[in-house]
Amino acid sequence: MEIDAEYDSGSDVDSKRRAKGKNKPKPAARGKKAKADSVEESEEEEEEAPRKRKGRKKKEESEEESEEEQKGRRKKAAGSKKRAVKKDDSEEESEEEKGNKRKGGKKGASRKEKEEENNKEKKGNGKAAGKGGKDKQDDKDKKKNKGKNSSGSSSDDNSEDESMSEGEMARLKEEVEEKKKLIVTLRNKPWRMKRRLKCLKEAQAFVEKFEGALGKGKGRRLYAFKVMMTKVLMGMPYGSIARKTVPRDEQDSAMDFSVLFEFGVICYCLIWIKLLTFLQGYCKYSIMFYGYYNNQRSIGLLQFRLPLSYLLVGVGIFGYSLMVVIRTMARNANEGGDGAEEGAFTFSWKLFTSWDYLIGNPETADNKFASTTTSFKESIVDEQENLKDENIHLRRFLRVIANILILCCLGGSGYLIYYVVKRSQEFAKKDRNELTWLQKNEVEIVMSLLGLVCPPLFEVISELEEYHPRIALKWQLARIFALFLGNLYTFLFALFDEVNAKLDNEKEIKNETIWALKEYYDNYTLHHNVTENIPPPNISPADVIRGPCWETEVGIEFVKLTVSDIQVTYLTILIGDFLRAVIVRFLNYCWCWDLEAGFPSYGEFDISGNVLGLIFNQGMIWMGAFYAPGLVGINVLRLLSSMYYQCWAVMSCNVPHERVFKASRSNNFYMGLLLLVLFLSLMPVIYSIMTLPPSFDCGPFSGKDQMYDVIMETIEKDLPPFMADIFSYASNPGLIMPAVLLMVLAIYYLNAVSKAYQNSNMDLKRKMQMQRDEEKNRRNNKDSTNQVMKDLEDLLPNKSLIPPPSAEETEKPADQLSKSPKVTGKPGAAATGKGVNVKKDVSLAAANPRAPVTRPPGPRPPGPLPGNARGPLPGQGMGRGRGGPPPRR
Amino acid sequence: MGNKQTIFTSQQLDAYQDCTYFTRKEILRLFHRYRDLAPQLVPLDYKNQPEVRLPYELIGSMPELKDNPFRQRIAEVFSEDGEGNMTLDDFLDMFSVLSEMAPRDLKAYYAFKIYDFNNDDFICKSDLNLGKTLNKLTRNELTEDEVRMVCEKVIEEVIWTMMDRLSLEDFQHMIMRAPDFLSTFHIRI
Repeated sequence: MEIDAEYDSGSDVDSKRRAKGKNKPKPAARGKKAKADSVEESEEEEEEAPRKRKGRKKKEESEEESEEEQKGRRKKAAGSKKRAVKKDDSEEESEEEKGNKRKGGKKGASRKEKEEENNKEKKGNGKAAGKGGKDKQDDKDKKKNKGKNSSGSSSDDNSEDESMSEGEMARLKEEVEEKKKLIVTLRNKPWRMKRRLKCLKEAQAFVEKFEGALGKGKGRRLYAFKVMMTKVLMGMPYGSIARKTVPRDEQDSAMDFSVLFEFGVICYCLIWIKLLTFLQGYCKYSIMFYGYYNNQRSIGLLQFRLPLSYLLVGVGIFGYSLMVVIRTMARNANEGGDGAEEGAFTFSWKLFTSWDYLIGNPETADNKFASTTTSFKESIVDEQENLKDENIHLRRFLRVIANILILCCLGGSGYLIYYVVKRSQEFAKKDRNELTWLQKNEVEIVMSLLGLVCPPLFEVISELEEYHPRIALKWQLARIFALFLGNLYTFLFALFDEVNAKLDNEKEIKNETIWALKEYYDNYTLHHNVTENIPPPNISPADVIRGPCWETEVGIEFVKLTVSDIQVTYLTILIGDFLRAVIVRFLNYCWCWDLEAGFPSYGEFDISGNVLGLIFNQGMIWMGAFYAPGLVGINVLRLLSSMYYQCWAVMSCNVPHERVFKASRSNNFYMGLLLLVLFLSLMPVIYSIMTLPPSFDCGPFSGKDQMYDVIMETIEKDLPPFMADIFSYASNPGLIMPAVLLMVLAIYYLNAVSKAYQNSNMDLKRKMQMQRDEEKNRRNNKDSTNQVMKDLEDLLPNKSLIPPPSAEETEKPADQLSKSPKVTGKPGAAATGKGVNVKKDVSLAAANPRAPVTRPPGPRPPGPLPGNARGPLPGQGMGRGRGGPPPRR
Repeated sequence: MGNKQTIFTSQQLDAYQDCTYFTRKEILRLFHRYRDLAPQLVPLDYKNQPEVRLPYELIGSMPELKDNPFRQRIAEVFSEDGEGNMTLDDFLDMFSVLSEMAPRDLKAYYAFKIYDFNNDDFICKSDLNLGKTLNKLTRNELTEDEVRMVCEKVIEEVIWTMMDRLSLEDFQHMIMRAPDFLSTFHIRI
């Protein structure tokens, strides 16, 4: 702040002097400006100073002249007339210093004179008194320069000297700013380090020297500048932020883990199988499940409200997940940028950007070479395939058949699951000890097996279709997704049947309990002859009659599902990948054909399938977390372990997928799937929360009719009464309906706006393309001997006539909708804010001879007087102004 | 606290910091990486800027570069003598440009130089095939016809002019739109 203030006062002095010299009535305005951001200020001054000088017309010099002069002055100080930038900086510095001294000696008298004069001014100017020291130095330097100057033109009078120094100041400042900019952007220059170092030294020396002279704190300003420049740099359209990179460290460390894991995994699986069987035992009443939590309204000193927080957390997870997914999707959509030119550079991008410079591992490099080659071949095949066509009827027939087959698979798997779940319900009615392990876990096993068998089946079927690999992949993913979801939902429906059965069962038990309690009380009064203060029945908690607690049952189902999913995944990797790799690798020595290159080969790492698995797993967590909070913990463990485990498997026994699937390109595809899964898993949970009555004797909501009654209770009992009023108003349908309506309208409006922008974007793109083509043509046939090209060139401007009006039409409504009053009011508004597109649009259409026609007929023609030009046309934005000139020409 | 290092003067370090995208620590780390390539050649005192050049064979054997098919070109482009022998300055320069902080423009400029095998400021067909970019990228696994076709396609896609070679401008135009360029033209050290 201090520095600014000083600077402020300095410029005040400046302005005063200027006022004195030429009676320009501007000091107040300048003072204000000086208080503004210092960087801007100095820039402003750079522009302003020469203008004013010109305005005065004391000396009619052009800007170049002044620049030259100023340079000359500097060099003169060094006692030589060299104009070129000197190589050795320190030399220059010392020389200059010497020169200064000399000059100072020579021109001492005149300097003193001026100093006196200046001091007088200062006295007149009371404000600056406090900061005399700095100012003095400031002035001294100016005087030095002036002195130099007067050596060149000794007959000049005082006021002229001042004007010169002002120009010089501005120049110097400009140069200092330039040097600073250079320092900050130096690293962006494609120079050799030596040149950079030298340049840096020069610039730093220059800045240090003259910044003191100009009365600015060095470090601060430099810092501010750096901050500003970094901002500018960060704001660049193609920022230099790190994006997705290969976590090499992890890969390396994973290799170390591999030996440990081979053994660990086997134990791990065994443990899980054991755990699964005991799940019905102790786990059922552990913290993992809904039934563990009780319905005490508040716990402990801090009055922790367990039921309320249980509900809020359960619902809040969905809200949070939704937000995260949608935000990620939006970010991805932003990053996607222009997809229009995607097809334009297929081969060049493959050629110039496919090598990943991060690769530092020979095996990875080999893989990369292979995948690059395949991708090139693929593109070549694509290119060639564009030319030929085949029997389209056969193709269609095959595709229909394939789809029918897949539908059959999906239906069959759905039915199978329904059947199995029904069967398991029958088993559940029997005594637990009679059942085999297989019978107990039938559902999970069947579901996992289906997930294991069906995807390869789909792949085989999709061979019939002969889609392009990329499209085929999408189909494949969609089918697997449908399978998973279908299975999950069948499972859910079956589960809901069970829950309903349980609910009926529960009612009976509830009656029984009440009956038992009543009997107990009756007996108690009968025996002891007391009607009050009856002690509660003395039964150990283990023997109390309990309801089935359907929530816990549901939770258990989900946990079982997850655990069996983990098992199947791990076993598949162990057998399908590891064992296969071992066999292929070692049996290859004594086999009749080449196993590695031939039939079994190594397993491919199926990225898309694995991602789908993750998504699906996430869906199960979302669904089950409300009824089994421990599921989240299990899942964290699973993800952590599977990261290392799968990493090991990939590195040691998989080969990369033949088709390289670009995950970066289809990010939003997966995120979209995730969103869908989230929505689908949200529905049953919310449904059950809102409609099913909670069990009467277990869980945090026991004793309530509905789970959300907890919220009502809290509002009534814990919040001040006016809050209850507010809530009752807010939940009024009369209020909710308009709110929903408003949201719908907002969505509609935003949609319309985005459409409009999209259109204008497309137009711009087309124009850019057109411009490129035009330039291409211009470059190619300058003498236009080629008749065809000439025709094309004649056509091109005509073509470019068509879009502009439409572009303006699409642009205008959008703009008017968004900020209608401003667009016509402020000329600058259109050019600064949203109007960037507008500006470009119009300026691109500048060559359009029809442009003046689209302009509304003004009350008077554009004024020929330059002074008047600003007045009568306030409605013309800057863009328009640009578009205007050509027709006048 | 920070007086431990005696390799550079603090001015030198500041200057390097201003000229590269590295912090003090990273510069020192890079110096040690550089020195580890040839401990007997590189002194531990850089205060008076000794003239030390490491031959390309040493530079190219760094794990970061040794699997890169373009390592020779990278070293050539960034070395002052144009033959891959690097001073510490060149070395810092190289990793600064390839660091993730470097802006796209700078990276594009150097990428162009790397792919411009014959240093004529244009990428022409001879830079693409004949054992150059394409063949290095695919280890000569494409047939001659395929190579020719790819080259033609690339030229057709990128080039504005009738000339059959890419100028820096064309190259930048193309590379600015590439989605993976920033993430792939990057070495972490």
